[in-house]
This record gives sequence, C-alpha cells and structure tokens, in this order.
Amino acid sequence: MTTATDTGQRAGAAHDGVGADALRPDGALKVEGAFAYASDLRWEGMVWGATLRSPHPSARIVRLDTARALKLPGVVAVLTHEDVPGHPRYGMKVADQPVLAADRVRYQGEPVALVAADHPETARRALRLIDIEYEELPALTDPEQAVEGAGPVVHEERVDGQDGNVVRHVRIRHGDMEEARRLADVVAEGVYEVGMQDQAFLGPEAGLAIPGEDGGVDVFVSTQWLHDDQHQMCAALGLPPDKVRLTLSGVGGAFGGREDVSVQIHAAMLALHTGRPVKMSYNREESFFGHVHRHPAKMWFEHGATRDGKIVYVKARLLFDGGAYTSTSQVVIANGSYFAAGAYEVPHAEIDGFSVFTNNPPCGAMRGFGAVQSCYGVESNLDNLARKLGIDPLELRLRNAMTTGTVLPTGQAVDGPAPAAELLRRLHARPLPPEPEARVSGAFSLPGGLNNTTHGESVRRGIGYAIGVKAIGFSGGVDDRSIARVRLSLTGGEPVAEIHTAAAECGQGIVTVQAQIARTELGVERVVVLPADTQVGDAGSSSASRITWMSGGAVQGACKAVREKLTALGEGLLADLLAEHGPVEAEYEYKHRRTHPIDAERGQGDAHIAFAFAAHRAVVEVDTELGLVKVVELATAQDVGKAMNPLAVAGQIEGGSAQGLGLAVMEELQVAEGRVRNPSFTDYLIPTIADMPAVPIDLLELPHPDSPYGLNGVGEPPTLSSTPAIANALRDATGLELARVPVRPDDIAGRG
Amino acid sequence: MRVTFTANGRRVEADDVWEGESLLYVLRERLGLPGSKNACEQGECGSCTVRLDGVPVCSCLVAAGQAQDREVVTVEGLAGQSGEDAGLAPIQQAFIEAGAVQCGFCTPGLIVAADELLERNAAPSDADIREALSGNLCRCTGYEKILDAVRRAAPGYASDTATPSTESAMP
Repeated sequence: MTTATDTGQRAGAAHDGVGADALRPDGALKVEGAFAYASDLRWEGMVWGATLRSPHPSARIVRLDTARALKLPGVVAVLTHEDVPGHPRYGMKVADQPVLAADRVRYQGEPVALVAADHPETARRALRLIDIEYEELPALTDPEQAVEGAGPVVHEERVDGQDGNVVRHVRIRHGDMEEARRLADVVAEGVYEVGMQDQAFLGPEAGLAIPGEDGGVDVFVSTQWLHDDQHQMCAALGLPPDKVRLTLSGVGGAFGGREDVSVQIHAAMLALHTGRPVKMSYNREESFFGHVHRHPAKMWFEHGATRDGKIVYVKARLLFDGGAYTSTSQVVIANGSYFAAGAYEVPHAEIDGFSVFTNNPPCGAMRGFGAVQSCYGVESNLDNLARKLGIDPLELRLRNAMTTGTVLPTGQAVDGPAPAAELLRRLHARPLPPEPEARVSGAFSLPGGLNNTTHGESVRRGIGYAIGVKAIGFSGGVDDRSIARVRLSLTGGEPVAEIHTAAAECGQGIVTVQAQIARTELGVERVVVLPADTQVGDAGSSSASRITWMSGGAVQGACKAVREKLTALGEGLLADLLAEHGPVEAEYEYKHRRTHPIDAERGQGDAHIAFAFAAHRAVVEVDTELGLVKVVELATAQDVGKAMNPLAVAGQIEGGSAQGLGLAVMEELQVAEGRVRNPSFTDYLIPTIADMPAVPIDLLELPHPDSPYGLNGVGEPPTLSSTPAIANALRDATGLELARVPVRPDDIAGRG
Repeated sequence: MRVTFTANGRRVEADDVWEGESLLYVLRERLGLPGSKNACEQGECGSCTVRLDGVPVCSCLVAAGQAQDREVVTVEGLAGQSGEDAGLAPIQQAFIEAGAVQCGFCTPGLIVAADELLERNAAPSDADIREALSGNLCRCTGYEKILDAVRRAAPGYASDTATPSTESAMP
C-alpha cells in the first residue's frame, strides 16, 4: 500500500493512537474461538425459538391452529399475531411490516408464528405441526408492472397514506434539458440491470432474550443500531425504553443486513410470554429469508456529449424493486438517484428514481445503499459513450471528472476534497500484471482455476476502469448524532480510560478506533471499550460509512471534556490528580452540520455532509469458449481523508472490493415468481480465496475540513466502483454488451 | 445416545444426544466448545472446520456418533500447544497481527485449516494457500490479509515440524 501522505509512526504520536496500525482488542478472543457471537449465547433454563414462515409470495391465511404444535412434548409456547403485546407492525422508517402476519402474507418467508421448545429440533418439528391453510393470491413480481400501476396492489391500505405500488419517486431536475440536447453531438443510451445481492454475512441472525423481574426484558443481539431496535421493540412489545434493555453481542458481519430487526421482537415476545430465557438463531436458509437484500435494479441511461468528449447531460431512470415492505426503500432510491450522474461534472440532468412494492423479498440496506446500482449504470454507460465518441474510456473520465465546487444534480456544490481525476491517474500509472504466458503458472492463474479448463487458448484479456462517489453519513435532513461517555480512573495506580458508546462493532474495527482516539486525546496507554448497550445514549447506526466519523467524534469530544475537567483540577501528574480527586467522567454528543431534504419537484437541496471517492481498475481474462472469467487484478485508489488505522482501512477496502467482484461475476439471489431459488451457500456463490485477485491499494489522505482528524467514511466506496470496473473489463475483453450483472458464463460463451 | 470421544486432548462424554445431531452441535451446545462456528451448517463455508483424527472436516457434516472414540481438535485446542507456557499458536498470533480478523466468524475455521496446511507444508506458495483455504468463506476481508497471515506464520512452523504429524496435533 502506498500513501499520499506519511501514515507511519509519527513523532509524538501516542502508542497505538490515531493513525497507528493498532491491533483489535477483540482479536485474541476471536482467534481462540472464545468471542461470544449472538449464536454462541446460552443461559440457565434457556429454550429455543423458531419461526414459521410463509411458503407463498402472496396469500390469505384462512386457518391457523396451534393446538397440535402445543401438545408436542418439549414445546413451551406457540405464538401468533394475537399474542403481539403492542403495535402489530414495525419498520425502520415506516411501520408497515407485521410482527407476525395476521390474515395476509406478502412475500415468501414472511413470519407467521413462533415456537419455543427445549431443543431446536423440537422447535422445528413443532413448526410443522402448526395447522395453517393459505389461499394463494395473484402475486405482483414484475417491478415494471408495479411502477405502471398494473397488477395487484401489494398494500391495500398503506401506512404512509399513499396509494399504489410506488414507494417513492425521486425527481431531480438540473439545468435545461432542451438546451442540453441541442448542445450534444453524440448520444449514448443503454439499459443496465443489477441482480439481487445478499449481504451473506457469516454469523447468522441470532439473539438471546432474558425476561426481567420488573416485567421488562434484557436482549443480547447482533445488530447495527441498538437504539433503533429498542425503539421498534418498545412499540411492538408495549413497553417503555427502561424495560427493553439491549446489549450488543458479537456480530458476525452485517453490511446493511442487520439494520432491520430480525429475531429481536420475536425472541423478546417468547421470553416475556414464557418467563424463560429464549435463544433464536437462524440457519443459513432462514437467514436468506430473514433479512432484506440489495435492491435489484433496472436502469435506463442516456448521456449526451460534445464531439470532444465533454458530457453535456445525463438522463436516467432508475427502477428499484423494494419487495413487499418498505424497510429503507425510500432512502435507498434517493441515494441511488443523488449519484446517478456519477463522479462527473454534468451541467444538465434529469433523473427519475422509483422504488416499488412487489411480492418479491423485501430489499433495503446493503453496503453502498443504492449508489452501488446507479454507479454500475452510469459507469457502464460511460464506456458506451466512450465507444460512441471514439475516445479512450479513461480519457473520457478524466475530461469530465468532478472537482471541488462541482454542482451536483441536486444543486449542492461539492465541498471538501474531490480527487476523482487523481484517483484515476494513479490507477493508470500502476503497471499492469503480467500476461498469462509471463506468469508463474499456477492452478489459479487462468479462467477455470483448479478445474484446469484451458491452457491459455481462447483466453482474452480486458481492462476496465470505474469511479464512484457517494455521500457519507445520513443525508436529507435526518438529525444525526452520536453520544459517548469517557471515564478516567486509576486501576492499580495506573490511569485507565473507559469508553462507553452504543456504537455497533460489526467487524469493521470501531472498537479499535475508539481506543486509539482515547490514547491520542488523553495520553493514556490503557483503554477499555465497554460493551455497547442502551444504558448509554444513541450512537446511531453502523452504516452509511458514518460510525468512525460520528462515534469517533463523540469519543474525541468526551475525551476533550475530560481533559478540561482535569485542567480545572490543577497542575500535576495525571495519576496524582486522579488519586486526589477520584475518577473524572464526561459525556459528549457529537453532531455534524445540518443537512436538508431535497424538494419534491426538482430534487434540489443541500442534502449531504461529505462525499467519498474510490476508483478501480480491473484486469480480467476471459475464456471466450467456456465463458469463464478470471479477475487477474483489482487495483483501487481511494481518498480516506485520514487513515485512522491503516491496517483496518486496507481491510475495509479489500473486503468491499471483494463484495463488488461478487456482484460482478457470481452473486445473485435468484427469484422466480416471487420464490427464492437459491437460499444456500451451495447455490448463492460468494468469492472464495481462489476467486479473489490481488487488490493493490493507492491511498490518498486529503483531510476533510469538517470531520474529526480530517477522516472520511471508508467502508462503502469500494463496493461502488469495483463492480462496473470488472464489467467494463469484461466488455473490453469480449466486445459484448453484458448489460446485466452478475455476468454469467452463458452471457459470454460462444457469443464473442 | 451417549457419545464419547477426545476433544482437545480431553476425554469428553455427551449424554442424551439425538441421533440427528451433528458433531458441531454437540461441541457447541453440549460440550461448551462454541469456537467452531455455525455459518451455513451445510458444508459450504468451512467455519466449523475441526480436525477429526488429524484430518480437517466440516463438523456440521459429521454426525456426532461418527466421532465415537476418535480424536477431535477444535480451535480452542490450538493455543498453548507449541511450548511449555506458550500462548497463542503462531497462526493465531499471525491472524491478529496481519489484520486477518474482522468480524471473526470465519476465523476459527480458517485457523484450523491454515494450521493443518502449515503442519504439512511450512513453506507454502500463494497457490498452495489458496488451494488449502478455498473451502473457507470469509465475507469481510477479501482474503488479502488472510494470505498475509499464513505467510507470516509459516516460519514458526518450519522450526517446529522436525517431527511432523498428521495423526494428531495433540500431545
């Protein structure tokens, strides 16, 4: 990894402080197998919960009888919608999803009933003894029908007061399209599609709910946002916040798939009903039905440019299939629409984004949050435009690259660093990997890999570039804040800082970064990051690449407040001051600058706090006879503002790039007539170590003016540009259109 | 039924085991060894990798009864094996230092598999590492740091494999 600025040991920097490759505090437990994930939790007298789910994408429930299931020895409870103590529906943004379906199911996998039993297998058998009859209804499975107003209505009565199947239409109008069309010498049009991607985190949805003596419940769960879960649970359980206490258990990956609740309400209902601790843990198949997915998308792009390769306008129509319930669909389509013009200076734009209800699986947050789809669309059509113009695709990108001050289609001027051209130049300057004949021959070096399907015949190389931009943090007027508490005390005569936040550690390393900040700000060696829970104020979600910025800012603020209190105590050594005056504690609420919603008519508004950029150059080799693909190298360049922990930053970039590779060539949850055809790791393929190439990284650290330490969000940008870079490389190798990802062997074999 | 076998060098016994229970379930739920992970329970992800008489297996695909009278080594059995008062095994330390651990759910299975690879081959090429670990899925890292960790740990195995053993990692 090379860096634009020195990220090595700095003189005067605290040991393992900000900027150091500090090691994870949970690392030893994780390598020993001693780290407690949600699915590892146990409690005295615990029983197992299980969920009955609808086999149909659309049906009326005509009979539901739990008597036989209740009689099975070992079963302690069977619950239905009648047993929901509070509000019958929940949801992150709009409470439209039944806690348990009453008379109607709207997607395959919708929860209908719950069982608690003394053994997970007993619970599963009890599910089969629940007598349920459905009357199947016509399912709406085509999002184009949904947007046109054809076909059945998914929600007869919408909670948000609207009608029909359009969740949201985002309309952005920028400049003057009539004028733009006159100025354009060349027009390039394309229709691009993205399949349904799954987060495929490895740790299954799981949680343990323990009934309290006060009539409340303590819940240990793997989630991305404890306080939002608490909010939704309180409503469904009919309990006040002090009776619904959450603690973060070990989280086995998240990537957006743990933003919506899964087992939380169900496990708590069973615990409160039975008076016994209840554990729920999905298996892999159930996990595919137990969380939302990345929206599949169909996108129509039209670019107009002058003959010398200046983009004049973009017209884009985005159609995202949100599935049966809202989840975060209205925000995902907004984010996709905001960035449909890509990382370019585009003076005129007409963007229409639609997310719709269907009877397909619900879709919501996944790393990149809508911007992944639109980046794929715009970057694919950029290569199309380059072909039409007869200009090198990289050159076309450089001529139009966004800079600081570029006005987005939403009217907001980009502030902060916008090094789009610099990232692309760095990728271009990197030497290409050797051609196959010059490489050390290895089983993995050619398409087909270990299967040894070619010795190099019919193998063609291709190179593709892509760049992406997205907003960091919550956008569009959401009041985003994060709270931290820091306590400095003496333990064994040595100062120890304790940090308490509700920030969810999902693997990304927020626990490490919080400790680094405390070391830097307080000059102490020993830092303890307490378990995240709802006993401290809201941290907001580990999503939108925001948690290091927001909780990092809160920890920094709390540390500074502690320092001020120490200063007020007088001069002297830290240990002496603490010995004389006792522990010093402070709480701090971090807020970023205000954002504003965009208007409904033209989509204008200062909606964002920051923008982050990443670019990829993919080198692929394609066996054109068999359609097999080898991504030989996936080089990337990204501006991270400040690498708070360079080792963790590289991990985020490599991991995000891998998920983008998965979307490009292998990952798709296949849905036919509303039914998922491949809910297993046998049939839903994610990249293995044999599929992943080297991911060389060029890291820029251009300080962001508004953030703690100048950092910028890191986690999502790599998932934007990796997919279209690979798709563009495949098009370069084959000459095929390849409009849809994931690209399958069938799309290539024998067509070149 | 009752199942008796050796887990990490210790004789263990599980009672009331239902015939359909996997070795993974018995380790996790009956023997207090939750280190082996339950990511797919269909033999695709490698998170539950343990060694059965020295051979790496997906413990989710092994019926508990098949472990009767055999030797099982889980991730919990790796630390403290390489010397008198040794702490983490070299591969465990290397995973931490290389940044190969993020969420860590795949880590136990990868460490058992990598440990077995290095025991056989203390100087693996990158292709060797990729082949040996191709049955272990990781969703967080993109694998680059996992390769780093195995490369980093290899010298530690070169020095203590004077008497290589594929029979058992146990003393």
